[in-house]
Amino acid sequence: MSLTPQESKYLEKKIGRKPNPLELQIVAAEWSEHCSYKSSKKHLKILPKEGKRVISGPGYDSGVLDVGDGYVVTVHIESHNHPSAVEPYGGAATGVGGVIRDILSAGTRPIALLDGLRFGNIQKDKHAQWLFKNAVRGIADYGNCLGIPTIGGEIEFDKCFTNYALVDVASIGFGKKENLIQNRAEKGDYVVLIGGSTGRDGIGGSQFASDKLEAENRSAVQIPDPFIEKLVIEVILEARNQKCIKAMKDLGGGGLSCAISETADALGVGIELDLSLVHKREQNMSPSELMVSESQERMLVITDLKKLGTLKKICEKFRVPYSVIGRVKKDTLMEVKLDKNTVAKLPSQVVANAPLLDRPFSKPKYMNGIEKIKKPKTPKDLSLTLLKMLSNPNIASKQWVYTQYDHEVGIRTVVKPGSDGSVLRLDNGKFLAAKIDGNSKHCYINPRDGVIGCFDEACRNVVCTGAKPIGMVDHLQFGNPEDPEIFWTFKESVQAITDYAKYFEIPCVGGKVSLYNETDEGPIKPTPLIGVLGLIEKKPLISQKIEDGDLIIALGTTKDELGGSEYYEYIHDLVGGKCPVVDMRSSKKTQDGVLDVISKGLVKVVHDCSKGGLAVAVSKLCITNDIGCKVSLDKVPSEKLLHDELLFSESHSRFLLVVKPKDETKTMSILKQKGITHARIGVFSGKDILFQEKSSSVVRVRVDKAQEKWLNSLGGLVTHG
Amino acid sequence: MKVAVIVFPGSNCDRDMHHVLTDVFHLKSQLVWHTDELPKNIDAIVLPGGFSYGDRLRAGVIAAHSPVIKDVKKMAEKGMPILGVCNGFQILVESGLLPGALLKNTSLNFMCKWTEIIVKNNKTPFTNKLKLDQRIPIAIANGEGRYYADEKTLALLKKNNQIVFTYAEEVNGASLGIAGISNKTGNVVGMMPHPERSAEQIINPNNSKPASLIFESLLNTLGVTA
Repeated sequence: MSLTPQESKYLEKKIGRKPNPLELQIVAAEWSEHCSYKSSKKHLKILPKEGKRVISGPGYDSGVLDVGDGYVVTVHIESHNHPSAVEPYGGAATGVGGVIRDILSAGTRPIALLDGLRFGNIQKDKHAQWLFKNAVRGIADYGNCLGIPTIGGEIEFDKCFTNYALVDVASIGFGKKENLIQNRAEKGDYVVLIGGSTGRDGIGGSQFASDKLEAENRSAVQIPDPFIEKLVIEVILEARNQKCIKAMKDLGGGGLSCAISETADALGVGIELDLSLVHKREQNMSPSELMVSESQERMLVITDLKKLGTLKKICEKFRVPYSVIGRVKKDTLMEVKLDKNTVAKLPSQVVANAPLLDRPFSKPKYMNGIEKIKKPKTPKDLSLTLLKMLSNPNIASKQWVYTQYDHEVGIRTVVKPGSDGSVLRLDNGKFLAAKIDGNSKHCYINPRDGVIGCFDEACRNVVCTGAKPIGMVDHLQFGNPEDPEIFWTFKESVQAITDYAKYFEIPCVGGKVSLYNETDEGPIKPTPLIGVLGLIEKKPLISQKIEDGDLIIALGTTKDELGGSEYYEYIHDLVGGKCPVVDMRSSKKTQDGVLDVISKGLVKVVHDCSKGGLAVAVSKLCITNDIGCKVSLDKVPSEKLLHDELLFSESHSRFLLVVKPKDETKTMSILKQKGITHARIGVFSGKDILFQEKSSSVVRVRVDKAQEKWLNSLGGLVTHG
Repeated sequence: MKVAVIVFPGSNCDRDMHHVLTDVFHLKSQLVWHTDELPKNIDAIVLPGGFSYGDRLRAGVIAAHSPVIKDVKKMAEKGMPILGVCNGFQILVESGLLPGALLKNTSLNFMCKWTEIIVKNNKTPFTNKLKLDQRIPIAIANGEGRYYADEKTLALLKKNNQIVFTYAEEVNGASLGIAGISNKTGNVVGMMPHPERSAEQIINPNNSKPASLIFESLLNTLGVTA
């Protein structure tokens, strides 16, 4: 826990003296990679943050989007990777808690959670199974207790996460625009710490997260208490309603050090606090322990004399502990006292703004030639291959996971988990769609094309519900940034996200960077995650039951893009090849066309084509609707491809539309008019999933057999394992 | 006509229940904090779902000692319609207003899904608009939802027609597949499934009409024409 020699020199120059040991601790916590973004900040500046719905304010921990009629939606994403890799239950649970408090900080009620989980080979690795089971349980126990529905997410297993875990949580909030916290403070205002007591858990957590995971540092993991978090939510929202909150910040990484310095800096004021007043759960805690403890379920609130009494009463009603720990001052210093003695005094602007770094970068050598591979031999029995693909944990149903999450509480969940995107109803009669997507396998082959693919996929999933994307968040997860090759993959990803966001005019309203994700075997694959929110003005597309005779229309072109595909990796154990590339112009046209046919009420179901390709996408429709199909591979719009490539290529910007026969002509003529590549490829009927070329069968699988594989494979691994 | 929805620390379906009562069924309803007195002019009480006291010790056991429970018991004796949903059911059981216990599901996991329950008693204030053996598509979400009672109690429940709902499929290992029961006089009903999550078509993937009859039964009992 220390500064680099350059940072020490910089600090001494800025404050004109040597810092005392406590001051050094405070600065080290705040200048950690986790809190300061010192490696990434310069590069993140290029992301487009403006948009007609974007509301920005000082010190907001979450993105705020105007959804009309006086309402706003807030969104934020975070990860809790290091803690979850050591203690998956507590790590994942406190990850949920942390992101929720960011939503709360804006003055909005958290109304939904989404989570992205990544572990090692779940089929072979017992440790990965243990991590997976306990991370899911941690999220469930925390989110369920709070009454915030977990409405969706995604899960990926890959050898690169062996002995490690990526646990990403996104949260969405909702509220009235007039209730947004204004974040202002004046001299004499009171600084109140509300919520859980401060203990020795999570000491140095932000530094722990800013280094390679070398030792099992359990004391750096925070202890979850969802019950107190639930009470804190109700206290804060009642205090908001009674106008008791002038400014607010949650306590997360870096604890009080971070919250105090960042608040003072953002508001342009000074803060004086007395550590002897902090309510604690342990005796004899030193000032430095108090300043860097990351004990959970705590909020920092600034209020004035007039409202302090009301705020205290609200806390007492809910029996939530609080302590008035300090006052706002006219200068811009953070002054820490212990009883009467000043123990640290630093300019908050200096503490809150670490010197930024210019990390060197260079294209990774492994990328040379990764696209050039010898194509694997097409398996003789593609029916068996399809069944194997459906039981692949990366593709199989995630029902075992999401049925453990209360996804209905709040009674907003219109389109539920297990669908492409999830949809919530809002109080103004509109609907909000949300999805997060990542794909480490594609991003490894080519970070730029990979992350654009994730962005496109998240947009497509939201579009499937009839929603127009209105904002995005990103979560950039990479290995050690001091390695120029890793830093290059980070830089490429940020540029790629920027390009897509600008082209589609989707503002980036929030994000997070998580570096130093390293395992014993080396860095994780680049794993940027993209979350997209979409708005539906009138009504969402709720999938209708598919019936005998309904038709399948495929949009977009299937190409020779199997690099990083589930088919290459799961069936052939082959890493390499060319990964899918998004043609932004044609993707935009296709998305707009899909929204158009949805709004005209012409389609029964719209389904995205992604992991596992066309064969898996069609099979999922058959499985969930308990009906067979007959698909002609020769009709599928594609480059000249072999059967296996046609079935399992993961080319982007493809959708499947299900229409009634009577709506076929109208739908096709709209698609044609808009210049969207499309074709009627088949019909639903019978009890077999059938892919044929001309009239000879290529794949024939019974629906009930496919159901059994797809529904039970993932749950089977962890319930009997 | 007014319904009190009791809020315990950790309740999390209170606002959902309030929304359905007021916005969907146009009943006046009021959220009542567990340390406050019950308002004088109420006609029915609902104990909503959630995690009162974070399910510490045992689901519902701490809330069963809340100050408001004394008043709830008095109203139960007077014959007022009282409904406990999910954690509300657990609290009614822990406070002794209903017999039996709720144990961990046989899956040992929290379970959130849609299922069907069957009406076994249509004489209660919450089922009088439903037909006997009618099926209700409904949402469940709980970790400790497995109803359990000893043989003697189960026999009494059957004899006194206190079994109100049973599951149409095997869900959690509940004794006799019980999803909801009443007290002997029938005015206090507890159920694990969530009628407030199931009474609006937009969020019910199946048919919301049967679940809405649970609320219409209450309207009927209170003499409000739906």
